Amino acid sequence: MDTVVFKQNHVQPLEKITYERPSSLCDVHTHYCPGCTHGTAHRLVAEVLDELDIREDTILVSSVGCSVFSYNYFDVDACEAAHGRAPAMATGVKRVNPGKIVFTYQGDGDLASIGTAEIIHAAARGEKITVIFVNNAIYGMTGGQMAPTSLLGQKTTSSPFGRDAQLAGMPIHMAELLAQLPGTVYSVRRSLHDARHVLQAKKAIRTAFEAQIDNLGFSVVELLSSCPTNWGMTPNEALTWVEEALVPFYPLGDYKVDERLQGRKGAPK
Amino acid sequence: MSKQLLKGNVAFAEAAIRAGCEAYFGYPITPQTELLEHMSRRMIELNRVFLQAESEVAAINMVYGAAASGVRVMTSSSSPGISLMQEGFSYIAGSQVPAVIIDVMRGGPGLGNIQPSQSDYNQVTKTAGHGDFHPIVLAPANVQEAIDLTVLAFDLADKYLTLVFVVADGAIGQMMEPAELPPMRELPFERPSWALTGAFNRERNLVNSLYMGVEGLEELNFKLQAKLAQIQREEVRYETQFVEDAEVVLVAFGTAARVAQTAVQRLRRQGLKVGLFRPITLWPFPEDALAEVSERSKALLVVEMNAGQMLHDVRLVAGIHTPVKFLGRMGGRIPLPEEVEHETVALLEQLAVAV
Repeated sequence: MDTVVFKQNHVQPLEKITYERPSSLCDVHTHYCPGCTHGTAHRLVAEVLDELDIREDTILVSSVGCSVFSYNYFDVDACEAAHGRAPAMATGVKRVNPGKIVFTYQGDGDLASIGTAEIIHAAARGEKITVIFVNNAIYGMTGGQMAPTSLLGQKTTSSPFGRDAQLAGMPIHMAELLAQLPGTVYSVRRSLHDARHVLQAKKAIRTAFEAQIDNLGFSVVELLSSCPTNWGMTPNEALTWVEEALVPFYPLGDYKVDERLQGRKGAPK
Repeated sequence: MSKQLLKGNVAFAEAAIRAGCEAYFGYPITPQTELLEHMSRRMIELNRVFLQAESEVAAINMVYGAAASGVRVMTSSSSPGISLMQEGFSYIAGSQVPAVIIDVMRGGPGLGNIQPSQSDYNQVTKTAGHGDFHPIVLAPANVQEAIDLTVLAFDLADKYLTLVFVVADGAIGQMMEPAELPPMRELPFERPSWALTGAFNRERNLVNSLYMGVEGLEELNFKLQAKLAQIQREEVRYETQFVEDAEVVLVAFGTAARVAQTAVQRLRRQGLKVGLFRPITLWPFPEDALAEVSERSKALLVVEMNAGQMLHDVRLVAGIHTPVKFLGRMGGRIPLPEEVEHETVALLEQLAVAV
């Protein structure tokens, strides 16, 4: 196992490990672009799997989009679903493996456009799965087309004049929408644009998995993420755009927290 | 076990349960809904998995997930629903996981109607989804065979890690006949080594149809083609009646074959030399066996409840040497034995004149 060792100073021997790869992540390079927050999201999920000691009980259902290769990065049993169908495939996996932990990792095109029927009904059934929903307001893998979550006025390769509500309707707020369904026990939105928010995101991911471990119902964490490549920005500019454009439109918050989850790490005080 | 009066759709469902089906995902559609209804009661009673999905698209992807987890899993639908499931069929084929699909066909295209039809022959044997694959396709002609072929479907799916279809028209799904169910099989204690069960004390498993590299995907396709070739060699099934001395051989499957059989029996009683060739596997199509029959006979008459879908496979086998005629009814209409007799007699007369 490779270990990243940060030098505390140049004199002392390197004995104390302060930061290393979570064992739930594979020791491979990812295909994600520089500055993309998918890597952060992967690491947070892996840290949670490690901390809850559930790596060997966990099954990942990958989706289609930039997250399509996530099965290469998580060191867990995994399958690759058709575009948008991860919640249905996860339902099949979970129903015949009721004692295992099953999670999907989906982007906004996958979850909020082609897969709306599957995500809505998995939540409505209270399917005991956890959904990590990475919202970067664009189709990344196909080269930056308009997503259901693209902001009004946002220029993409398929909305070259900016998203027009008359043509393309309004962006969808999924965390709020899924919170309306009785089968959902946990639906929150977090952001990955700075360290403080990253830590808050991790707590939410942990709570979402705890909801599944306790067999409570459907849990989802929406993560506002950056896509410097397709937004045409530097990594830092992209993080600033998450904070200044995405967060105001997609308010961070807890849209549903089942009372049995109250008081846990990451739950509201 | 003794015979009991069973509806085709119920027979499919109960046969699947007894064959060890551990999970069923489906969506209501006429004329197969009794199958789903039977599953909804029996699977819950047996503490197995039953789920009514939000759509056929979701149902087949749930099947994919359960199949990837290494249990015997099934769905059922009818023609428009089968069209919707094609996405999942292709992924299941590419991932090489076993699954059983029951298709109780109805009239098309579009919403068509709910009458018996053989409208899905092309869809299930040739165009079940994008990419190069064929499911094994079994076609029962009565309720007993519906039971036997459903059990066989699960065994073949596991043996070859493939999709297996059992296709019947609505008549077989809806009719009641005396039939005998097999005994209940024990469910296996362990899952297959490749199944998704959590990577406990082993390397992780991956079920996937994505191969970004050209080499990897071509290699997968070579493997799939080799498997299909093996299935073509080893799993062909068909039935013949009176073909040894037949001048005209009727070729038909499912309900159309039963009608053709009645016609053949009546014409034989009149002393006419006619026979019946009934493919039981629509894929792999019984090419060699039909070719032999075709060489011995003067003409073939294909009878289908569609515009002539299996007809093309028969023509490929018969080549240019044996004339192939076609009698088809569409829109959910079942041909009458009299129509088939009339067409057969006309063909025999043509042949006599030609000689």
